[in-house]
Amino acid sequence: MRTRIWTPTDNPLRDPRDRRLPRVAGPCSLVIFGVTGDLARKKLMPAVYDLANRGLLPPGFALVGFARRDWADQDFAEIVHDSVRENARTPFREEVWDELCQGIRFVAGDFSQAGAFDQLSEVVLDLDRVRGTRGNHAFYLSIPPKFFGDVVQQLKRSGLSVSGEGAWRRVVIEKPFGHDLQSARDLNATIDEVFPSGTVFRIDHYLGKETVQNLLALRFANTMFEPIWNSNYVDHVQITMAEDIGIAGRAGYYDGIGAARDVIQNHLLQLLALTAMEEPLSFLANHVRVEKEKVLSAVTLPANLDLHTARGQYAAGWQGGAAVPGFLEEEGISSTSVTETFAAVKLGVDTRRWAGVPFYLRTGKRLGRRVTEVAIVFKRAPHLPFSATDTEELGQNSIVIRIQPDEGVTMRFGSKVPGTQMEVRDVNMDFAYGDSFTESSPEAYERLILDVLLGDPPLFPRHEEVELGWKILDPVLERWAEGGRPEQYESGTWGPASSHEMLARDGRVWRRP
Amino acid sequence: MTVRLDDTTASQVSTAISAERFRQGSSAVGRVLTLVIVADEATQADAVRSAAEAAREHPCRILTAIPRPGRGPARLDAEVTVGGADGLGELAELRLRGPLSHQVASVVLPLLVPDAPVVVWWPGAAPDDVSADPVGRLAQRRITDAAAAPRPLRALDVRRTAYAAGDTDLAWTRITPWRALIASTLDEPFGKVTGARISVMRSSPSGVLLAAWLQRGLGVPVEVHTSRGPGITAVTLSTDEGDISITRPDGRVARMVRPGFPDREAPLRPRSVEGLIAEELRRLDPDEIYGETLDELPALAAWGKYGDRRVPAAATPAAKRRPAAKRATTTKEAPGTAAPTRRKGRS
Repeated sequence: MRTRIWTPTDNPLRDPRDRRLPRVAGPCSLVIFGVTGDLARKKLMPAVYDLANRGLLPPGFALVGFARRDWADQDFAEIVHDSVRENARTPFREEVWDELCQGIRFVAGDFSQAGAFDQLSEVVLDLDRVRGTRGNHAFYLSIPPKFFGDVVQQLKRSGLSVSGEGAWRRVVIEKPFGHDLQSARDLNATIDEVFPSGTVFRIDHYLGKETVQNLLALRFANTMFEPIWNSNYVDHVQITMAEDIGIAGRAGYYDGIGAARDVIQNHLLQLLALTAMEEPLSFLANHVRVEKEKVLSAVTLPANLDLHTARGQYAAGWQGGAAVPGFLEEEGISSTSVTETFAAVKLGVDTRRWAGVPFYLRTGKRLGRRVTEVAIVFKRAPHLPFSATDTEELGQNSIVIRIQPDEGVTMRFGSKVPGTQMEVRDVNMDFAYGDSFTESSPEAYERLILDVLLGDPPLFPRHEEVELGWKILDPVLERWAEGGRPEQYESGTWGPASSHEMLARDGRVWRRP
Repeated sequence: MTVRLDDTTASQVSTAISAERFRQGSSAVGRVLTLVIVADEATQADAVRSAAEAAREHPCRILTAIPRPGRGPARLDAEVTVGGADGLGELAELRLRGPLSHQVASVVLPLLVPDAPVVVWWPGAAPDDVSADPVGRLAQRRITDAAAAPRPLRALDVRRTAYAAGDTDLAWTRITPWRALIASTLDEPFGKVTGARISVMRSSPSGVLLAAWLQRGLGVPVEVHTSRGPGITAVTLSTDEGDISITRPDGRVARMVRPGFPDREAPLRPRSVEGLIAEELRRLDPDEIYGETLDELPALAAWGKYGDRRVPAAATPAAKRRPAAKRATTTKEAPGTAAPTRRKGRS
């Protein structure tokens, strides 16, 4: 066998002009730690099946589960089968399942148990032999971050973290990447010690690749938006991620973390970076990262955090027709918890393009409805050649990039009301991206997993970005920790009064998404 | 939600579409293209269903032109459906009777979505030179299906001789999964390829296209053997390190055998028509690889047996011959209509 690294460009059947041919992952296996978790059952395992169904996994692909359960391979296969049946996006096909099933293995053990990892090592070697996975293995750590250290050390000890020549080992970790700057650095050091940075994939499942690419295409493939994408025309930017659900059984994870760490640190700041960054030299991974890092380094906090941040906890109330309990009444949450379920913060971006344009970020649970969007709100026209009464109903123009649900773009501008009187009112113009019914519009996890197996890192945040996020957020979290309690807000509304006051101070209002 | 317009005109159909859209309060939805289906009564229903399915991915206006030649007077009957029960975009079924049945382009032209690309699909019989056809000339992309013709290989030969950039055939689209699987085997290091052979059902245009594509890419002669099917049953690449073979006897699961690897299986099922159309609509620029694969057909040893002997096999490659002729036809076109464009090929 040759030892030279083989690349797809050596393949005589691949022609860059041939856009029909999808890239199929090479021989490999995926080892999932924490297969009993919600995420693994609802997202990961169905996504693996969907990839197989679309013919994007290599023949001989293997899926290995690792958990503290007394299961045999067949028991695990049954769990995968059920989760695929229930949650897969594409239709269930016997032949796809049969083939996938042959590659399913299970290793029982504890994250610190040396014996279990030795067994895993044997299973993986055996797969190389019987399934032809060729020493290519990805480790997906779908487990709480406190176990990362154990698992990574065990992978190192058992020799699983190093590959032979021409083969690869990769590790996938999920947010949260730490709970402040220091812990993020510690976490990174733990992983970095064993896996070189190019082999670490950080996944933010809120932010699918499709979304990022849609946003980049909107901004950089068009001429009509870029000229007004700056402080000359933009009044402010609002970035919202709202959930209508509560903590839904995740008390253990959520208490002590809160909305800011859970969502603002990674997701909303990534959206801010993509919205505010300059045009990258190309869409190569490092070019995009460089621009994102630049803009994140330029983010500033307001001098008085009390006036320009807001936090809240949902109180009992009615949400979309159902009575729901308050956060402090949820099971597993202490009645004195100061964990916030709503967080809003005002940020500045100190660059020539954005000087003086505030970016308002907010996220919360049990808000009016589920929505994620970026709204660019423009300044009013400097002069209106109409009488004041004509334009009473005219608001500010805006471009809203909807991320979920129904991904698309809305433009809001003034238009004359039909009739003999001159009267201008706001109208919406909507564009929706194509529905994801056909096989081409994969669910975010499928793309994430495929990118990992292909070794395609472009849109995964690097640890520098993660640390920049904490640098921005840490002063806010420290201020909040100094005292006070999150303000209660009624479930099903758009957050606490302090959040509305925070914008009112600047003479602005939150959009109702 | 369906409006019938008997004995009508294109402008009334256009008004009906707008009125329906307005009535449903969806006066701005993203329609990215117009798909024109030219079909007879027997094939149109299935084609429209598949196209509507594909339209979920590519929101579009679907115009189905059904020529009904006959002795009566020229007459246009239309049925307009906007936002059907299953949320399909805009459908217009146009029945062209009498002498009008030969003037499909005149009816279709005013109904095209402004600015948006036009795709024409002939699910059954298609004109010999689709890019010179009046309807074909309106389109960036012209989709035919050689397999639907009574003599599929003959039909493929007609496509080959008349090929212009923007043409594509579902026989080619059908083999994308095969091509992906074969190409992926060569993403791994392999020996020097010395030959290849494929086994395929008799008269399969997809089979010879796959063979020609392999021959073009690998630079070795590719043999075509006849099997009982279904479809393509085996592909073997001979290398100096042994054979890499993929067999699919049951039309569902492919088995891959190669030296240095355990035997492996991969699902490989025939594709649905909506899947094929969705793939076609994904990219509307010329498919150069398809053009070059057609050019390779005469060089295929098996082609002499299958192809139309009246066409000299060693004729100038299609891709080189067409552009001049195309330019002449495009200049005659009415302003605002799409011209078949050609990008520089590698041939």
